Amino acid sequence: MNCYETIDLMDEALEGRLAPAARARFDEHLDECRVCRTYLDQLRVTIQALERLPRASATDQRRSELLAAFKRELGR
Amino acid sequence: MLTRLRSGDPTAFATLVDELHGGLVAFAGTFTSSPALAEDITQETWLAVIRGLHAFEARSSLKTWIYSILARRARTMAARDARHSDPGPGTAGARPGPDVEWEPGQGRRGLWEEAPVPWALEDPASIHQSREALEVLQAALEALPETQRRVVLLRDVEDLPAVDVCNVLDLSETNQRVLLHRGRARLRRALDQYVRNGVRPSTPAGRGAGGGSQ
Repeated sequence: MNCYETIDLMDEALEGRLAPAARARFDEHLDECRVCRTYLDQLRVTIQALERLPRASATDQRRSELLAAFKRELGR
Repeated sequence: MLTRLRSGDPTAFATLVDELHGGLVAFAGTFTSSPALAEDITQETWLAVIRGLHAFEARSSLKTWIYSILARRARTMAARDARHSDPGPGTAGARPGPDVEWEPGQGRRGLWEEAPVPWALEDPASIHQSREALEVLQAALEALPETQRRVVLLRDVEDLPAVDVCNVLDLSETNQRVLLHRGRARLRRALDQYVRNGVRPSTPAGRGAGGGSQ
């Protein structure tokens, strides 16, 4: 496997969706290629950082409006 | 969760709102440059969710269903809004990138100009603990072209499966993959510039203002 093919498969590899045979050839390339290895590591850190971005939450007013609408429609 | 929602349990609904509202507003923001309209789109989505709960057939996850509703509303509402207002300077987040865009089979083209060098961090995960790094990432995310931003938000921030993202955004599997990689590549590059050179990208709002965010 060369760098081109390796890069094409990186997103699947990060999700653990590579078939075993492809995985073996993918890993073989990474063992030999520092550039691809670095890129993949940095992609992984980037994705993990995305999961940690702080989320905005609904304002109290918006939240109570929505709860009121929910109770009107589905209130028991 | 679904059973509790259908039975009218307000605590379940409050939990759902707390979990999803921020992400929905961010996603709505990829369809419009107006924060107020993004809030309206999200509000409309919640109301449609409340009305639709009983008819929801659970063929997808609740979260995916809610995002599909938002995407449909957003397209209609943003289109209506665009007709009524002056055409602004460009659409939300659509910054023409100076860079070549990556395509499958093109290797590094569009991904980096110089070979990536390892980040000199004892623990790469320290990036996750750094508020400043996360701010850099947030700014870079907001600066992505909106098609890339949508895919990255749904896949990486909201953790929806690829097949669901294709459905919500009406994208082919290939197209989804390409947009995801392009978006991730730009975000990696922003973190790279920050980690190695301390460069903080200007936020879209601060663009051209001569820099200097506090």
